[in-house]
Amino acid sequence: MQNLNVNSERYTLNMGPQHPSTHGVLRIVADFDGETCVSADPQIGYLHRGMEKLLESRTYVQGMPYTDRLDYLAGVNNNLPYALAVEKLLGVEIPERASLLRMLSCEIMRLASYMVGIGIYIMDLGAVSAVFYPYQQREYALEVMSALCGARMTQGYIRFGGVQADWNEQCDAALQKLLDEFPPFLEMYHKLVDENEIFLHRTKGVGVVTAEQAKAYGLTGANLRASGVSYDLRRDAPYCLYDRFKFKVPVQQAGDCHARYVQRMEECEVIYQLIKDIYAALKETEGGEIMGKVPKVLRVPAGEAYAQTENPKGIMGCMVASDGKTNPLRVHFRRPSFDNIAIYSELMPGHKMADLVTIIASFDIVLGEIDA
Amino acid sequence: MALKTNVRFPQRGGMPEGDPNNSHDLLTQEELEKRGILLTSLDKLFRWGTGWSLWPLQFGLACCAIEMICTTQSRFDMSRFGYEVFRNSPRQADVMIVAGTITEKMRPAVELLYHQMPEPKWVIAMGSCAISGGPFVDSYSVVAGADKVVPVDVYVPGCPPRPEALIDGMLQLKAKLLHPERQQVVRDVK
Ligand code: SF4
Repeated sequence: MQNLNVNSERYTLNMGPQHPSTHGVLRIVADFDGETCVSADPQIGYLHRGMEKLLESRTYVQGMPYTDRLDYLAGVNNNLPYALAVEKLLGVEIPERASLLRMLSCEIMRLASYMVGIGIYIMDLGAVSAVFYPYQQREYALEVMSALCGARMTQGYIRFGGVQADWNEQCDAALQKLLDEFPPFLEMYHKLVDENEIFLHRTKGVGVVTAEQAKAYGLTGANLRASGVSYDLRRDAPYCLYDRFKFKVPVQQAGDCHARYVQRMEECEVIYQLIKDIYAALKETEGGEIMGKVPKVLRVPAGEAYAQTENPKGIMGCMVASDGKTNPLRVHFRRPSFDNIAIYSELMPGHKMADLVTIIASFDIVLGEIDA
Repeated sequence: MALKTNVRFPQRGGMPEGDPNNSHDLLTQEELEKRGILLTSLDKLFRWGTGWSLWPLQFGLACCAIEMICTTQSRFDMSRFGYEVFRNSPRQADVMIVAGTITEKMRPAVELLYHQMPEPKWVIAMGSCAISGGPFVDSYSVVAGADKVVPVDVYVPGCPPRPEALIDGMLQLKAKLLHPERQQVVRDVK
């Protein structure tokens, strides 16, 4: 880029790995010309825990808790692709109630994850009070999960062949609380944030991703849909029992940071409706089995299997290769956040310094998933 | 402790009397305290004050950081104890909560952050990763515990620890500040 302003200075700025707005330990090394970014280079690996390698030395069952720690904002959602891939190899039948419980817990944690994504996004733009309300809703969601399986965050709720625990009365009460509290919150939050002058100025027209760019860079999830591509695995390639439910897939056309916020807020309504529908369906399968027929010691037949699910951050895929032993030969995860940040180096140049923070926050990344 | 001072006080009605055997008009510390005068060493006063208003460094490494954030939110509300002032700069913080897995790539940064914090400073290791490497202990890229990098004062077990556990960890740190003579406290597991 040509230096038009004679007084501006070129320098390199390092952001992270310890920085409040990099959502963990992401590091961005950016060159600036005055206030304007010239080039940006996301550096990853500060949370690389060698997860895929570790899974090779664990049995299949031992491997399950590790998947929770990928996208730690939504633990159960990560269990699912791993479980689905292994179950493909095992060829087990999943009982209906177990499938519904899986979906219900995934949707609840999706809501919890969106709450963090939205809250932290607005907080990074300077509105600290806007983070407290979504976190309150997240606590209601986590209450349901801890009533269901005893853990708040890293649940490990999904097992091969089914789920760990059945729905109980405490869950009913906790879920009712969430269902009661959520709509008023959403209405209030729209009033709090939507019209905010500063928020609009800082997000509108910033970090525009076109539909072509989004597809070329392999963006998935809400970030893809905010760029005008209507693609949601739950509708387009249903797993579990999602094909039974009708739900809207919201799409935004603008593709900027503001659209990504609107997209998440609209999806919250869909998730809310979906939770209600799945819950109603779950009530009809009262007393059903929650575990399929799976042997005590898992020996997975040799072969390869791939399964993918729609996670809060995008499409999460899991490839499992087995050679017939008790531990997998190779496990690989397609981690959505990892693919989502690849676009940063193209998106950030040309923006002002403060916009970099907006762009990072609007993508709702999680570092456990990026580095694995 | 019978610390003698030569502070003299005019006798007023309603004030507690001194020791009748004390004929020198000098008051012991207990007697002074009864009259609402506190004698303390500066160090003790400082530690008392610090114990009630620790400023943690906002520094999240992995999953445990999310629970650390939850602790500061309205439900668990760490500000009840005076610990909510999370600082983004190590120069303004006095307690480092190592919340998450330290990897080999992150180790120099953690060390640097620790050295950038002004003395006196304390470290809380939150979660099994920060205690010993946790589930990732045998990974090729993970440092097996925060105490391999920085000196740790309080260990909070869990994966991740519940917010209540972190609050308890902070209170343990406070107890350590107020009672420096205590060497080590190991909780009973009942
Ligand atoms: S102790 Fe558990 S929850 Fe905490 S960082 Fe380690 S793996 Fe994550």
